[in-house]
Amino acid sequence: MNSLAKPGGWEKFFWPLLAAGLLLAVWYYSVVWTATKVFPSPLSVEKGLAGLLHKHVLWADIGDSLRRVALGFGTAAVVGIPLGLTMGWYPAVNQVLNPVLQFLRPISPIAWIPVAIVFFGVGDRPAVFLIFLSAFFPILVACASGVSNVPAIFRRAGRNFGLSSAQILTRVVFPAAVPQILIGLRIALGVAWLVVVAAEMIAVDSGLGYLVIDSRNSGKRYDLVVAAMLVIGLIGLVLDLGFRWLEKIRSVRWGFPHES
Amino acid sequence: MATETLNPPSGLRSKLRMEHVSMVFDRDGKSMPVLDDINLDVSDGEFLALVGPSGCGKSTLLNLTGGFLSPTHGSITIDGQAVHGPDPRRILVFQERGVFPWLTVEGNIGFGLSKLSRAEREERIAHYVQMVRLQGFERTYPSDLSGGMKQRLQVARALAVNPDILYLDEPFGALDSVTRLIMRGELLRIWQTERRTIIFVTHDIDEAVQLADRVVVLSSRPAKIEAILTIDIAHPRNISSRRYLELRDELLSKIGLAYTV
Repeated sequence: MNSLAKPGGWEKFFWPLLAAGLLLAVWYYSVVWTATKVFPSPLSVEKGLAGLLHKHVLWADIGDSLRRVALGFGTAAVVGIPLGLTMGWYPAVNQVLNPVLQFLRPISPIAWIPVAIVFFGVGDRPAVFLIFLSAFFPILVACASGVSNVPAIFRRAGRNFGLSSAQILTRVVFPAAVPQILIGLRIALGVAWLVVVAAEMIAVDSGLGYLVIDSRNSGKRYDLVVAAMLVIGLIGLVLDLGFRWLEKIRSVRWGFPHES
Repeated sequence: MATETLNPPSGLRSKLRMEHVSMVFDRDGKSMPVLDDINLDVSDGEFLALVGPSGCGKSTLLNLTGGFLSPTHGSITIDGQAVHGPDPRRILVFQERGVFPWLTVEGNIGFGLSKLSRAEREERIAHYVQMVRLQGFERTYPSDLSGGMKQRLQVARALAVNPDILYLDEPFGALDSVTRLIMRGELLRIWQTERRTIIFVTHDIDEAVQLADRVVVLSSRPAKIEAILTIDIAHPRNISSRRYLELRDELLSKIGLAYTV
């Protein structure tokens, strides 16, 4: 296999599986050889996972985490997309809002935790607020730059065919910006999934983040900690693949590099 | 010579008239004259080519006549009416990036037809798909088309709204030389069936002599009309005939003059 050839057929699955298998082996033998009493081996994680599934707590936690992400991310999209489009479309609005937003953007959502608790008390709402914050900025920036990066040639063609400003926005600028908006949404969803775990370590008593911290605090069950981590990784992967699948829709595929 | 060649070929109605058109851009507080006292009459159904050194203001001239810019001085009238802003009766065709990548071939051609009924629109789309020979590609997206096909698509999208005038801004500039030759033939065929007025900006001397009724030579910036050459050869043009070579040489020498300071 040279560096130019793409792995094909059975190799497409064989090598990634081998890499995963090697990682598991390293993990397993590290635990065995160091004779650690704290860190779990893959086998005990698997048992812990089976136990969680058996007691039905895992599905409830997954459902709670997904619900919070859906609410926070959904609100961020509903507020962020129109605001971002407006900022991209009206340079004056962008000039007014951009400095404040650029200032707020680098503040980690984690830093907002105390503020979120002051605003919303405990429960779902501060967690949803944190997820909203983490998803809002990537969406906003992607929409604003997506709109302002639409080539002038497209807008001019729209004007040439007699379109009104509103029609140019809906029939030219928006479809031209959709690929960039989708990228922003995908990044935002990834960040939201990162932040939900942190948000659930405070203020709530359910969800995958709570499962991680609770497993550690109540009896140092590191098998469950690692089991929850694996579930978090797997769901994050599925969410990302879902968005990548959206990028294959014909009317937006032009905006993404793809095999021809 | 000047006054004589400014008039359109005899017997044809004037379509577009530019009188004392000047354009001055403001760049970083400095005024930059781009066009200087352009006077030109284009007759109905004429194929006019604009040539000149790069950056001389050819595209600015098209943008003025298309209504995307207003001249600093002078007037531009089409059918006796002053040009105010862009208008679907005159469509500007850009290089191949101009087609909408999020729409299919059908969607692109139908883009300017939203006011028509569904049946009329479909009929119009089918007609122009056939005219630019894109049958079988109706549902294809531009990313799956070749450069030449994209450009034919853009011409079809422009023609579909029934414009009086087509402005073509170096439309074949990004195509390879074989595709360019084919596209010239296609454009001539379409022009001969549809008889729209065409103003064609190019930097390719052969392209101008092969296609146009008249070739307008612009000087370097600020652009003036250096010469207007009438190409008195009937289509299809024999590009090794003596008259063709004469006209080509004449145009080359005019351009050569235009390039000297």
